[in-house]
Amino acid sequence: MSGIGLQHYLTLSAILFSLAVAGIFINRKNVILLLMCIELMLLAVNFNFVAFSRYVGNELGQIFVFFILTVAAAEAAIGLAILVVLFRSRRSIDVENMDAMKG
Amino acid sequence: MKAMHLTIVLAPLVAAIVAGVFGRRIGRAGAHWVTILAVGLSAVLSLLVLKHLVFDGGEAQNYTVYTWAVTDGLRMEVGFLVDRLSALMMVVVTFVSLMVHVYTIGYMHDDPGYQRFFSYISLFTFAMLMLVMSNNFLQLFFGWEAVGLVSYLLIGFWYKKPTAIVANLKAFLVNRVGDFGFILGIAAVVAFAGTLDYAETFAQAERIAGQEIEIFAASPWNAMTVICILLFIGAMGKSAQAPLHVWLPDSMEGPTPISALIHAATMVTAGIYMVARMSPLYELSATALGFVLIIGAVTAFFMGLLGIVQNDIKRVVAYSTLSQLGYMTVALGASAYAAGIFHLMTHAFFKALLFLAAGSVIIAMHHQQDIRRMGGLRKYMPVTYWTALIGSLALIGFPGTAGFFSKDALIEAVHAAWVQQGGMAHAIAYWSVLLGVFVTALYSFRLFFLVFHGEERMDAATRGHLHESPSVVTVPLILLAIPSLLVGWPAIGPLLFGGFFGDAIRVAPEHGALAAVGEEFHGPAGFILHAFGGPAVYLALAGLAVAWYVWLRRPALAAQASERLSGLYRLLVNKYYADELYQRVFAAGGRGIGTVLWKAGDEVVIDGVLVNGTARGIGRIAAVVRRMQSGYLYHYAFAMVIGLTALLGWMLWAG
Repeated sequence: MSGIGLQHYLTLSAILFSLAVAGIFINRKNVILLLMCIELMLLAVNFNFVAFSRYVGNELGQIFVFFILTVAAAEAAIGLAILVVLFRSRRSIDVENMDAMKG
Repeated sequence: MKAMHLTIVLAPLVAAIVAGVFGRRIGRAGAHWVTILAVGLSAVLSLLVLKHLVFDGGEAQNYTVYTWAVTDGLRMEVGFLVDRLSALMMVVVTFVSLMVHVYTIGYMHDDPGYQRFFSYISLFTFAMLMLVMSNNFLQLFFGWEAVGLVSYLLIGFWYKKPTAIVANLKAFLVNRVGDFGFILGIAAVVAFAGTLDYAETFAQAERIAGQEIEIFAASPWNAMTVICILLFIGAMGKSAQAPLHVWLPDSMEGPTPISALIHAATMVTAGIYMVARMSPLYELSATALGFVLIIGAVTAFFMGLLGIVQNDIKRVVAYSTLSQLGYMTVALGASAYAAGIFHLMTHAFFKALLFLAAGSVIIAMHHQQDIRRMGGLRKYMPVTYWTALIGSLALIGFPGTAGFFSKDALIEAVHAAWVQQGGMAHAIAYWSVLLGVFVTALYSFRLFFLVFHGEERMDAATRGHLHESPSVVTVPLILLAIPSLLVGWPAIGPLLFGGFFGDAIRVAPEHGALAAVGEEFHGPAGFILHAFGGPAVYLALAGLAVAWYVWLRRPALAAQASERLSGLYRLLVNKYYADELYQRVFAAGGRGIGTVLWKAGDEVVIDGVLVNGTARGIGRIAAVVRRMQSGYLYHYAFAMVIGLTALLGWMLWAG
């Protein structure tokens, strides 16, 4: 346990999360990328859960991770299904074109 | 006694409802029977009440029938005050009303609104009785407005006639001006006395008279003066005193029976009755009495002059009513309340008689009302002729008639007040009522001669159909002619000088005008002899003679006179331009203010700034704010992240 401590895990998790946020903002093209970034955020959160679970010595955090992974998988399935439908109706999955909510 | 009073008031109301709501079911005969029986019952019971008070030594009664509401210590009640003053009014009202009911059977014979008419006049009787029997200001106001409402309904009875609609609207609006003063007066009574009850208010009269009120900054008014003048403004509207007189001549658009009942005998005297009833208040304000005196004097003289140039038979009588109401008001102003009420009573009889006689003539002439197209009716309608003669003689104050006693006593009282108190107001009042006698005789007998004497100026078709009216018309004429001729003899002594009214009318010791006249009074016959020592009788006879000479002997003279005095003639024909003044100044001014408020207030401020302005403002703000809504998902996500970060940061560092 000497080399790698809690702060390393947290740092990795923070980097992952920041990458995901940056991905959401910088990406102007593809909705699939957006979905992937959201998955990445969830992964970052999972990292935190596992790391803290281990640090505190409580298994509850790891059980949470199972749930989150399950939800994330379901979410990815639904998200992709929506994407397919979206593509069928609009012939594009370009983020730039999706501004129907513009005021 | 209580059941009796309630029956007097409620019988006409019940009859009015029956005739009004079930008129179609009970038919024409049913409608007039139910109302005549009810008003007849009221008349008989009123006579019994008066007899009980005067001959049986009954006590005046003042009691509450029903408490409507109590709020903040102010009791709103329905109650009756039946003393000799109100009992006398009740008898006059119900008697004249009964005569008019009977007369209406003949006058409205072919009218499609027969049942409606009976319902209205019966309702009027109820409202007028509520007014005179009231023991508090609220009920007085109720009766006041109710008689005004019925007056409005009846002036516009022939609602398909445009002039009638204009006339009833005018009567209603002019009365609103007066009623505005009246309700302010009642409010002032409540403010200073803290009660609506007459007796409680009178008990505090001295205290109120000692108080002052600042209407405009730094100009204090005596509280009693303010109350009395405000109440009198109400009386000016209802009793058609100048300058609120303009509605009464126009009210002649209504059917003749109501001109007799409402616009001559009873409703228009409500103001006179009210001031007499409030005598304990008026006695404490010399300023208010002076105001009353001047208004009455102006009305008495100048409205009489207008009667000389009118050509509509009903309008001549209407201007005469205005003038006589002015006489009564002068009597009130001179503190001779009893004389005013006495004249009110005799006037009710002879003026109702004159109106009904005019109506009889109108029936015979097939609703032709222009006296230039009449003449020589004497031999066709003997009963109408003789009763109209009695009415006219009573009106001009011919010695021995009822009008003579009341009018001469009134003039004497004003003279005595002038002698006692001096002052401009009394001098003006005295000369107005004195010269008014001549004017009265002039227009009364001008009308009389033009209608009943001289050459027959109607067309041949009308002349062929001329005949005396049926007995439902002539019997009321005869029954009214009797008191017009005789009521003065037994009434003058007790009514004016015998302390008839007791506590109902209070006269301050220093206002002893009527008492001074009473010192010279030695019975009615002596009063007649005494009158020949004064100018009034000679003026009346002179007026009669001039009327005879100008309109009967030398008819061309009248035309010459009107040409010679064309300026004066035009002024009179146009009624001093009062209508024009009101049209141009008040009506046009009101419309002008309305237009300004409409254009600037409604369209610019409310519509422009408030309603549409709010919408436009929100639109402008939204036009800016909408740019934040880009529609891109990542912008919303970014906002969420920033918001979350800010929240977390705030919790960490500040919390």
